[in-house]
Amino acid sequence: MHHEESKHHTTGYGTYILVWLALVALTSITVTVAGIDFGMVALAIAMLIAGIKSALVINIFMHIKYEEPIFKVFLLVSGFTIVVIFILTFLDVVNR
Amino acid sequence: MANGTIAVSEKSFYEESTNKYKGILSWLLTTDHKRIGLLYLYTISGFFIVGVILGILMRLELLAPGETIVSAQTYNTFFTLHGVIMIFLFIIPGLPAIFGNFFLPIQIGAKDVAFPRLNLLSWYIYIIGAILVLISLFLPGGPIDTGWTFYIPYSVRTGTNVSMAIFAAFVLGFSSILTGLNFVTTVHRMRAPGMTFFRMPLFIWSLYSTAWIQIIATPIIGITILLVIMERAFGIGIFDPALGGDPILFQHLFWIYSHPAVYIMILPAMGVVSEIIPTFARRTIFGYKAIAFSSLAIAFVGYLVWAHHMFTSGISDTARIIFSLLTFIVALPSGVKVFNWVATMYKGSIDPKPPFLWVMAFIVLFSIGGLTGLVVGSLATDIHLHDTYFVVAHFHYVMFGGTGTIFFAALYYWFPKMFGRMYNIKLANWGVALFFVAFNTLYFPKFILGYMGMPRRYFDYLPEFTNLQVISTVGSWLMGITMIVIFGNLIYSAFRGAKAPRNPWGGVTLEWHIQSPPILENFHEIPTITREPYDFSQLEEMKDDSK
Amino acid sequence: MTQSNQAVAAEHHVHRDDVGAKMGMWLFLFTEVLLFGGMFLAYAVYRFQYPEQFKLAALELDTTMGTLNTIILLTSSLTMALSILALQKRNKFFSIINLLLTIFFAFGFMINKYFEWSAKFSHGIYPGSEELLNKQNGEIVFFGLYYIMTGLHGLHIIIGIVILTFMLVFLIRDSITHDNYVKLENSGLYWHLVDLIWIFLFPLFYLIH
Repeated sequence: MHHEESKHHTTGYGTYILVWLALVALTSITVTVAGIDFGMVALAIAMLIAGIKSALVINIFMHIKYEEPIFKVFLLVSGFTIVVIFILTFLDVVNR
Repeated sequence: MANGTIAVSEKSFYEESTNKYKGILSWLLTTDHKRIGLLYLYTISGFFIVGVILGILMRLELLAPGETIVSAQTYNTFFTLHGVIMIFLFIIPGLPAIFGNFFLPIQIGAKDVAFPRLNLLSWYIYIIGAILVLISLFLPGGPIDTGWTFYIPYSVRTGTNVSMAIFAAFVLGFSSILTGLNFVTTVHRMRAPGMTFFRMPLFIWSLYSTAWIQIIATPIIGITILLVIMERAFGIGIFDPALGGDPILFQHLFWIYSHPAVYIMILPAMGVVSEIIPTFARRTIFGYKAIAFSSLAIAFVGYLVWAHHMFTSGISDTARIIFSLLTFIVALPSGVKVFNWVATMYKGSIDPKPPFLWVMAFIVLFSIGGLTGLVVGSLATDIHLHDTYFVVAHFHYVMFGGTGTIFFAALYYWFPKMFGRMYNIKLANWGVALFFVAFNTLYFPKFILGYMGMPRRYFDYLPEFTNLQVISTVGSWLMGITMIVIFGNLIYSAFRGAKAPRNPWGGVTLEWHIQSPPILENFHEIPTITREPYDFSQLEEMKDDSK
Repeated sequence: MTQSNQAVAAEHHVHRDDVGAKMGMWLFLFTEVLLFGGMFLAYAVYRFQYPEQFKLAALELDTTMGTLNTIILLTSSLTMALSILALQKRNKFFSIINLLLTIFFAFGFMINKYFEWSAKFSHGIYPGSEELLNKQNGEIVFFGLYYIMTGLHGLHIIIGIVILTFMLVFLIRDSITHDNYVKLENSGLYWHLVDLIWIFLFPLFYLIH
C-alpha cells in the first residue's frame, strides 16, 4: 500500500497574514477599478484580479503548493476542461 | 507469482462479513466492495428488466399505425421512462458499479476501495434515486412525458411530474460522482507494490478514465436539473424563453454532460473487452499502451463534441462545423482499440467460450453503431436523419449492442468468480446467438425506417412504414425471450450450477489467482507484482497452485 | 486463518491514509467547481446576450454590502487556515478560537445576505414578482441568476457552518488532535472553496459599472 508521508510543511502565521492582507488589498483595487470606465477591458481586469486572489487561496490557504504534485495535475486537468467547455460554448454563442 | 497455495477452499466473502450482523442486515450494512457490487447487480438488473418491459410495450403500441394499446400521452411517458431507467438506472451505473466495485480492488491487489463506507453510501443514494423515479410516477400530474432529455420550454410548461423525476436523476448523479471519486483515489493510493500504472489491467485504465468523466461531467447535469426545477417552481427566467431564457443554452448545458455520459457507458465496456480477448486468445494484448492512452484520449476528447446533438437546433454554422470535425476525431481512439483487439486475436489460440462470443457480437454491433455515428455526425446527412429512427438505431447499436452486450459478456466472464459456480455453456452459446438475431431484427429495420423519414418518439405513423415496424416489434419479442434465456441460465446456475474452479478460463489477471468466490479480504497477503498484466507464461505456474 | 467477524471488522477500519482522504476531498471540490461552473457559463452567455440590461439591473445591488461580505469571507478563510496551523503547532486553544471565529464570520455573512435579500424583496424584486416581470428580459435573467447563484452559495455556507460546528466539537473532544487532523484540513478545503466561489461571484454581480 502506498503510504508516503505527506511532507508536513507548516507555513508560518506570518505567511497567512500576508496573504490575507494581499487579498484585502486586491479586493479594494478591484472595487476601485470598477468605478473607472475601462469599457470592454473592465471585465477582463476584474477576472484577472479574481484569478490572482484565487491563486493565492488555492496555493497557500488550501496548501496545494506544498502537496504532492499529483494534486496540481488534477487541478490543471479540471481547470483545463472548464476552460475548453467555455470556449466551445462561446464558439456557438458568439456566432449566432 | 504464486499466491495462496491452499488445497482446501476457505470461507468466502459470503460467509464472512465486515460487520457483526447476520442475514440481510449483514448485506445492508456491508462495506465489502464485493457485496456492494452484488447489491448493485441485483438492483440494476431489476431496473434493466423494467426498462426492457417498457421497450416491449412501446414496440407493441407500434405494431400498427394509430392507437394500438395505449394513448399518445401514455406512449410519451413510456419512452420517457424507458430512457430515464435505461440511462440513469442501468447503463451509466452498470459496469462501474457492478464489475468495477467487485474487481477494481482485486485487479490492483488491494483489499478494498479507498472509502468503503462511502461506497455503501453510493449504493443507498442509488436506491433513493430509484425510489424517487418510482414516486414520480404516482404524484399528481402523472408521469413525466418530456423524453429523457427534458428539453425546455416543454419541460417547464408541462403539468406532468418533471421536477421529481429529474430530481431523481440529480440524486443518481451523486451516486455516480461518489463512485468515480472512490475509484480515482483507489487507483492512485492502493495499488499493490510493483503495480505501476503500466502494469494495471486495461479494465482498470478504463474505469479510471470513466471515473474522471463521472467526477467532472456529472455536476453539469446536476446544475441543469436544479435550474429546471427552480424555473418550474419560481419562474426565474433562466430557462423560460418568454422571460429571456435561451433554449439553446439549456441544450448546451444538457449535452455538456450527456455526451461525456456516453463515454461513461462505453469506456468500461471497452475495458472488459480488453480483458476477455487476451484470456480467450491466450496471448497478451496487442498495443497495451495504445489502448491505455486511447481510454484517456476518449475521456478527454469526449468533452469536446457535445453539440453534435444540436446540429438542427439553431446553433451557429461555425459551431456546427467545428463540432462535426471534433466528432470525427473522437472516433479515432475507438478505432485504435478495435484494431488492437483484432490484432490480439491474430495468431492467438482462440477458445470460443461464451464470454468470447459475446465480445465478437460486440465488435460487430458496436462497429455498426460507431460507423453510423459518423453518418449522423456529418452535417449534411444529419439534417435529414436527426430526430428520425436512424438516430434511435444508431444509439441502440452503440449503447445496447455495445455496452449492453458487454454487460452480458462481463456477467458470463466473471460469474464463476463471483458466485463460485459454473453455468450451462451450451445454453449460454445459444443465448449469444439468439441475442444477435433478436437484436438485429429489432434494430436494423430502424435504420431503414429512419432513412425513409420515420420520426422518433412518434406514437403514430404512415402506412408505408408498417412492414418494417412489424419486423422490429417481432424482434422485441425475440429479445424478450433472449433475456429469459440469458438471465435464466445464470439465476439457475447460481443455485444449482457445478462448483467453479479458481480459473475456469485460463486468465492471468489477479482475480484468477484467488479462490472462487474470493475470501473477504481478497488476498491472504497483498501480492508483489513483477509481471505485465497479460503475461500468459505464468499459466503453468498458476496451475500448480491450484485446487 | 479464519477470524471472528468482530476482529475482521476491526481490522477493516484501521487502514488510515491521510493523503488519500485529502485526494478524495479535492476530487469532491472539483465537482463543486463544475456545479457552479455550469452556472457561471449560463451567466457568461446571458451577459454576452444582454450587456446593457445586466448593467442596468446591477445598479440595484449594494456594492458596499457586497464588498463587506467579501472581506468577511476572506477573513474567515484566514481564521480557518490559522486554526489548522495552530493545531499543527499544538496550540489547541488558539485553534479552537480561530475555528469559532470562522463560524462567527460565516454567520455574519449570512446575516448580511439576509438583509440584502429582504431589502430586495421589499422593493418587489424577486423571482415571479410583478415588478420584476415588468422589467426587460435581460434584467429578469440577471436577477434569476443572482438569486440562484448567491442562493446556492448561501446554502453551501450554511452546510459549511454545520460541518465546522461538528469539527469544533471533535476538536474540543480530542477526536481531532495535532497528529490526526485530516478531517479539519478537509473541512478547511471545503471552506476555502466557498470563499473562492464568492471571489468570482462578487465582481460579476456587484462590480458591473
